[in-house]
Amino acid sequence: MLEAIVQGVLLGGYYAVLAAGLSLMFGVVRFINLAHGDMAVLGAMIALWFVQGAGLHVAIAIALTLPLMGALGWLMQRMIFERALRGGFLIPILTTIGLGAALQNGMFGLFGSDTKSLGAYIGNLSWASWEIPGGIFIGQLPGYMFLTAILVLGAVHVLLTRTAFGRAVRATATDSEAAALCGVDARRVHRGAAAIAVALAGLAGIFLAMRAQVTPFAGPMLLIFAFEAVVIGGIGSLRGTLIGGIALGLAQSLGAMISPQFSLLAGHCVFLAVLAYRLMSGAAAGRGGWRATITALVFHKSMLRGKS
Amino acid sequence: MTKAQIVAHILPMPAQDRRILIAALALLAVLAVLPLMASALVVDKLTYLFILIMFAAMWNLLAGYAGLVSVGQQAFIGLGGYAMVRMVEAGLPPFPAIFLGALAAGVVAWIMSWFVLRMKAGEFAIATWVIAEAIRSMVSFDPLIQGETGTSITALNAYAPEMRRLTIYLLSLVTMTLMIWGAWALLHGRTGAQAQAIRDDEEAAESVGITTFAVKQRIYVLASIGCAVAGTLWLASAITFQPRTSFGVQWSVFMLFMVLVGGIGTFIGPILGALLFFALQEIFGDFGAWYMAGVGIVAILFALYLPNGIVGLWLNKGRAEPLSMRKLLSQDR
Repeated sequence: MLEAIVQGVLLGGYYAVLAAGLSLMFGVVRFINLAHGDMAVLGAMIALWFVQGAGLHVAIAIALTLPLMGALGWLMQRMIFERALRGGFLIPILTTIGLGAALQNGMFGLFGSDTKSLGAYIGNLSWASWEIPGGIFIGQLPGYMFLTAILVLGAVHVLLTRTAFGRAVRATATDSEAAALCGVDARRVHRGAAAIAVALAGLAGIFLAMRAQVTPFAGPMLLIFAFEAVVIGGIGSLRGTLIGGIALGLAQSLGAMISPQFSLLAGHCVFLAVLAYRLMSGAAAGRGGWRATITALVFHKSMLRGKS
Repeated sequence: MTKAQIVAHILPMPAQDRRILIAALALLAVLAVLPLMASALVVDKLTYLFILIMFAAMWNLLAGYAGLVSVGQQAFIGLGGYAMVRMVEAGLPPFPAIFLGALAAGVVAWIMSWFVLRMKAGEFAIATWVIAEAIRSMVSFDPLIQGETGTSITALNAYAPEMRRLTIYLLSLVTMTLMIWGAWALLHGRTGAQAQAIRDDEEAAESVGITTFAVKQRIYVLASIGCAVAGTLWLASAITFQPRTSFGVQWSVFMLFMVLVGGIGTFIGPILGALLFFALQEIFGDFGAWYMAGVGIVAILFALYLPNGIVGLWLNKGRAEPLSMRKLLSQDR
């Protein structure tokens, strides 16, 4: 039980990195990128190609992949997303679903359908573990991944709160027109945010390739996980995303104790429950809060109809 | 102006639309007798085309006319299929089970609607998808389905292949015709006008006294039953029920593609989109993954450069929308 909790928390770091890019795009650019999961898979595939095809060391492969993914994000924002954003709510959805289909099947065509993993290239890291008091074993790889996740999210947080670029990002996210009036180039900010978001997706994909296997069609499931973490934690804050990721990781690892198939279902259920709670508390607030709603329900049913 | 005066100003159907309708009726008559002379392969392909048209029409009803962008309609394709499998297992003949299974999925859609229809657009899209995944997990727990393995509706093998093919073809043709006619009647009626008002401005619609939730719920449940029927008809021709296929998000991707490429919020657009999708599949389908990658790129190009779809080509030239669901009023007062 305790071991499952520790594992769940560590898994949460990976989900938080996966979700952070999605949250950033949504919060700053107001863009729902349905190809986010596929971008993560692409990052994993590129890193795998550097290691397997070009024979590079894993660390060098990662150091090469992340800037490459960032550049890709910048390019996609410039060439595709900017144009899609002008089309209201539906056009970005069609664009990114199309992009996802193109990426999935393109990767399938290039790399084939066999599952791939970086696990064989990171030495004994994939199974080594630390023992902590209480007889609990912590896998070293999940441990390092969690630390990396915290460091990376912390770095992004500092970037957003302490630098000129971060101020521009926050200003654009709050009110892009007012920011533009103050001389902030919204397009540059959006491209920068997209670069960070896609690089984060790439990092999450590399994490996935290290801890498990990647297939070209894994993207949609990763997208669901990212969305779940974002919604559970609340949109627009990195700390919330981290909490959401950990909550999702916990739900999955505790669900897995019941049965392996139950793992994902538990995550979905937590997500739906959080969403339902928000909807209900929103509805209750519209009637003057929970207490007023319950009082009205118990004592004066007519009060409910009176207010709207 | 009183209601009667307004009604008097509504123009009759334009001549162009009447011609389209007559052509469509003639085409349906040809399709009804086609199996007499066409090969089994053609019949199978046409059945699939009818099913695609049903999906497109139903998703358009949902997203194009009620503004409900769902990425989770596969929930009802899968559920309808699952209900059909269970009903046949319980001894019901397979052909009635096609429709009863879809109705069962409609009941679930009605229950779900209380929850999902209260969400904002982005949440709705994702939550419907997650619910579809959650239902898939739960269906996989059923020992009859055997996890990912799935099961076959063996009762369908009791019919001669020729007779089965013909029955499913005719059922699909009739269902498609009824569905399109039903959508037509719905959209021309009160619900259609209310739904379009909600899609364009929900607050304004509410302020003129439209019960927005009830209208959205009606359309959501009807469109879900429609998707479920198309799904069970597809299952009847495919025979094997596999959770991963039936609950796959690719169904919603297909629907989105057909509707947006054809022209969302127009009556004829999704049908054209389904025809284009079908044609692409027939011509390039042999390329496998590269074909699907190409479909993705076509979707991006349409989204960026022709957001109103094929019908947009007409509209850009300043011509009137064919088979518009808007009521046209005469100029003279």
